[in-house]
Amino acid sequence: MMELKTVVDALVTRFDAQPSEFRGQTRLLVSREHLVEAATALRDEFGFEMLTEQTAVDYWPQESPRFHVVYWFTSWQHGGLRLSLRVPVPGDDPTLPTLEGVYPNANWHERELWDMFGLRFEGHSDLRRILMPYDWVGHPLRKDYPLGYEEVQFSFNHEEIQARKPQPKD
Amino acid sequence: MSDVTLSAVSLEEIKHLVSDRALTGETMLLNMGPQHPSTHGVLRLLLELDGETIVNCIPDIGFLHTGVEKNMEAKRYEQAEVMTDRLDYLNTMGNNLAYCLAVEKLVDLDVPPRAQAIRVIMTELQRLASHLVWLGTHALDLAAMSVFLYCFREREIILDIMEMVSGQRMMTTYFRPGGLWRDVPVGFEEAVRQFLRIFPKRVDEYEALLTKNPIFIDRTRGIGVVSKEEALALGLTGPTLRGSGVPYDIRKVYPYSGYEQYDFEVPTREEGDVYARYLVRIEEMRQSMRIIRQALDALPYGPVRSNNRKFVPPPRSEIGHSMEALIHHFKLWTEGFNAPADSVFVSVESPRGELGVFLEGDGGNRPYRVHFRTPSFVNLQALPKLAKGHLVADLVAIIGSIDIVLGDVDR
Repeated sequence: MMELKTVVDALVTRFDAQPSEFRGQTRLLVSREHLVEAATALRDEFGFEMLTEQTAVDYWPQESPRFHVVYWFTSWQHGGLRLSLRVPVPGDDPTLPTLEGVYPNANWHERELWDMFGLRFEGHSDLRRILMPYDWVGHPLRKDYPLGYEEVQFSFNHEEIQARKPQPKD
Repeated sequence: MSDVTLSAVSLEEIKHLVSDRALTGETMLLNMGPQHPSTHGVLRLLLELDGETIVNCIPDIGFLHTGVEKNMEAKRYEQAEVMTDRLDYLNTMGNNLAYCLAVEKLVDLDVPPRAQAIRVIMTELQRLASHLVWLGTHALDLAAMSVFLYCFREREIILDIMEMVSGQRMMTTYFRPGGLWRDVPVGFEEAVRQFLRIFPKRVDEYEALLTKNPIFIDRTRGIGVVSKEEALALGLTGPTLRGSGVPYDIRKVYPYSGYEQYDFEVPTREEGDVYARYLVRIEEMRQSMRIIRQALDALPYGPVRSNNRKFVPPPRSEIGHSMEALIHHFKLWTEGFNAPADSVFVSVESPRGELGVFLEGDGGNRPYRVHFRTPSFVNLQALPKLAKGHLVADLVAIIGSIDIVLGDVDR
């Protein structure tokens, strides 16, 4: 039976990953250059046969990194070991390599992230919108994408909201 | 806006998904859905057909997308829970449970044992109700009309129990962070026991109608086969994975809500076809009954909500004579509670597979990011692989056997 510590130590030394822990869950911060190698190592050497979850978080207005792409891997054969990788992605260049070649079910997860966050996965076989209509403009889960309702203006935030409102063109 | 014009999807955009024969017109492209009775919701499948054989199957989803994740970011932790009911509308209690467990883990909140036991009973009843809808519609798709009527008859009993405890048949929001909305009413235990008395015989009746039925076996055996290795690589979970021989069940691998204290088995089959998935789900119904019976026998007395007043509002009776309780009540109902700026990932076993919730806080009273790893979304992705080479009529059986709910796919 594999210990999670073995996997974490190996990834830290080989891919310069930064580990952190919260409520008993282990996360590793890796750069996008090392992502595919790290995932391949997880699958082939450490027996993580499932990509359980792939999602992203937008930290706008922070720009570098603006996004974190979050992966959760599961190893059923080692009694349910679970490990997360987090990949920081800058806002001015939202691209990262696809994991489709390593875990086939990354295909739809990555299409969803392209649709919702505008993250481009290089080498993806079918990067089309998946949930929103094909001619939709914008990426709804980005933090600078409005929810749609009008904010209540008080005297203390009147100017701030006024500036954000779409102004008629001159 | 007049400057945005609708452009039609051309064959150019999906050229890489179909074979070369489609471009010359040798094979036919056919739309199945979005409004088709056997797609179990609003699912559109673009089929490339050679005669009646499926060459390629391209699922097109998103018709039920309601932006639940975006909406939850604008609501407080407790308010956001009502949206989870609307994801997988056949598994409302399970969705509530997954979300509540995620919030509880994020803020480190305890749940009293009685609440945990009732959570287990209710989610297992919900699993039965969901499997009954699956069995009814799956058999109906394969032209066994009567099974549908029997299944919905039994499902009514479960929905009545749901209404009894939560006031709602489907959109329950009964579990809350820290416990339950309120304790179960008088008569709950008797109602569940009455259901457990009649239900085992009813499962035998469904089996008598289907399991050895030659038409049903012809339509399901050897159809939509997926091997163990493929199933794991595709990330399949739930009965769809267990039908291929992998005993991966979240209730056993990562026990939650006290599932480790109940004695139950994880049924698996090796064949990996539609029939194997049918047998696994039928056996799961029996196991769910075992769990409910054990939980009901050992149901402890005590409070059903945590008494951590920073997260759970005080009972009405305390507000009248305790200043502190009044302050907590006011704070929680106007501002809610704050969660740390970190993230957790929690998963539960839904009737369809692994339902995961990724929850990230930012120190405030609203979730910064919620993502639902829904089992239907991931399992539906395997459909093209399962359907390739089968007849259009078999596709109906395959869709039924992976048991998708489109609200769960599209979120």
